[in-house]
Amino acid sequence: MNVASVATPAAAPAAIDGADLVEKISVRNLDFFYGDSRALKSVSLPLYKNTVTAFIGPSGCGKSTLLRVLNRMYDLYPNQRAAGEVLFDGEDILSPRQDLNLLRARIGMVFQKPTPFPMTIYENIAFGIRLYERLAKSELNDRVESALRRAALWDEVKDKLAASGLSLSGGQQQRLCIARTVAVRPEVILLDEPCSALDPISTAKIEELIDELTDDYTIVIVTHNMQQAARVSDHTAFMYLGELVEFDATSRMFTTPKDPRTQDYITGRFG
Amino acid sequence: MSLYDNRRRRNKIAMTLSLLATVFGAGWLVLILSVLLWEGFSGLSLAVFTEMTPPPGADGGLLNPLVGSLILTILAVIIGTPIGILAGTYMAEYGRHTKLTTIVRFINDILLSAPSIVIGLFIYEIMVAPMGHFSGLAGAVALAVIVIPVVLRTTEDMLLLVPDQLREAATALGLPRVNVIRHVCYRAAKAGMVTGVLLAIARISGETAPLLFTSLNNQFWSTNLNAPMSSLPVVIFQFALSPYKDWQKLAWTGALIITLTVLALSIIARILAASRKTP
Repeated sequence: MNVASVATPAAAPAAIDGADLVEKISVRNLDFFYGDSRALKSVSLPLYKNTVTAFIGPSGCGKSTLLRVLNRMYDLYPNQRAAGEVLFDGEDILSPRQDLNLLRARIGMVFQKPTPFPMTIYENIAFGIRLYERLAKSELNDRVESALRRAALWDEVKDKLAASGLSLSGGQQQRLCIARTVAVRPEVILLDEPCSALDPISTAKIEELIDELTDDYTIVIVTHNMQQAARVSDHTAFMYLGELVEFDATSRMFTTPKDPRTQDYITGRFG
Repeated sequence: MSLYDNRRRRNKIAMTLSLLATVFGAGWLVLILSVLLWEGFSGLSLAVFTEMTPPPGADGGLLNPLVGSLILTILAVIIGTPIGILAGTYMAEYGRHTKLTTIVRFINDILLSAPSIVIGLFIYEIMVAPMGHFSGLAGAVALAVIVIPVVLRTTEDMLLLVPDQLREAATALGLPRVNVIRHVCYRAAKAGMVTGVLLAIARISGETAPLLFTSLNNQFWSTNLNAPMSSLPVVIFQFALSPYKDWQKLAWTGALIITLTVLALSIIARILAASRKTP
């Protein structure tokens, strides 16, 4: 098991495109429990600033669980708990003193199924911004527009901002959710299988978007789709049965995996 | 073949019996409604809405009980709805798995089907007796006690229908719990919750028993909440039992007004409930 070795930045792959990699989030010896069952077993890995990291693995391997630890979403439910350390800019987010609302404003999340709020398209975006900033009407309009542009949705909705967010198609709804997340200007964006409910064209649009977003954000994506991981990510973490089996630069992981289980999974022998 | 014939015969008998039962049941309903329409409509005039309840033998209307009912109902909704909504919110959002919620839900179900006369008696004991006189306020409180369980139940049910994913999505934006509930869950459950309030209004607008012990009646114009207050159901009760023809006529008209109001509320509630499914 090379879990220990990947935890140290020294063992991490060299910079993908020459840039120096900065650890935005460091997960260290993370365990996670649903009641008594242990869903994550001593997971350690770095998430580098302004890169895309993909979590892959078969269903039930703990990849979504890991993602939900990063913004402490699990805190909403009783009987779920995490142990270990998750350092976000050096600060342990698992600490009980952590302000959860502030943390979630800094680490945004987009879900598997599009979840527009039952309000207008404009309000869907403005709503989150208003919570943290007091802006003049015109400034707010600008922010909404730039968020929608960012999510490549502006041209499709600019004439119907007052329509319900629920009136959009599935792919548009998902981009609305991304726009909503981007609008509050987080530092990290967590994507939990964002394309699994979408058609290929919408999927392509969202993948394109992910690529553009790395200029400003650190992105973590959970995906079932290995081709997607290969297309969009800089680093890939392969998880199996609650363990991190392998973490490496995506190009290396998909060409020369070190662990036989990774090899079996990415060649489609199971999962 | 005889076995088959036998079955056919029994099928026919069963069908005839259930058809007869339906006709019998619905027949009474149609009869009640048509008598109500017949007797009520003939008494319906402008005077009903502009004049006070008359002494026997004189002309008059139902203005004071109409206004009284309106005040009592509105006050009951103002008192009962916030309590029902807040309690329902606690049960669906904060205390979903707590023992308190289980206990409150159980008690609420009992309260939901409690005979309203028991509620009237209870308010009589805790409000009317200590105050020494009947009052509109006591009537409103008695009706509010009927409103609470209805609103609580629908609020809880509607909030439980809001998918957890929506809560997670709002939470992931950094929204505090209160804002998640207020801006997202309430909005998603709004139609259902309003329906609950409308059904509660429909339920209390015909209640007589709790008012007999609390707001009693007042044959004069009065909006004083500290004094006995007139209300449609109690006036109907009093006038219908009286030996005077014109009082009986007014009772029919009052009954028709209540029935039409409840009908309108039910229709609005149904439309709202239907609109909830097609967002």
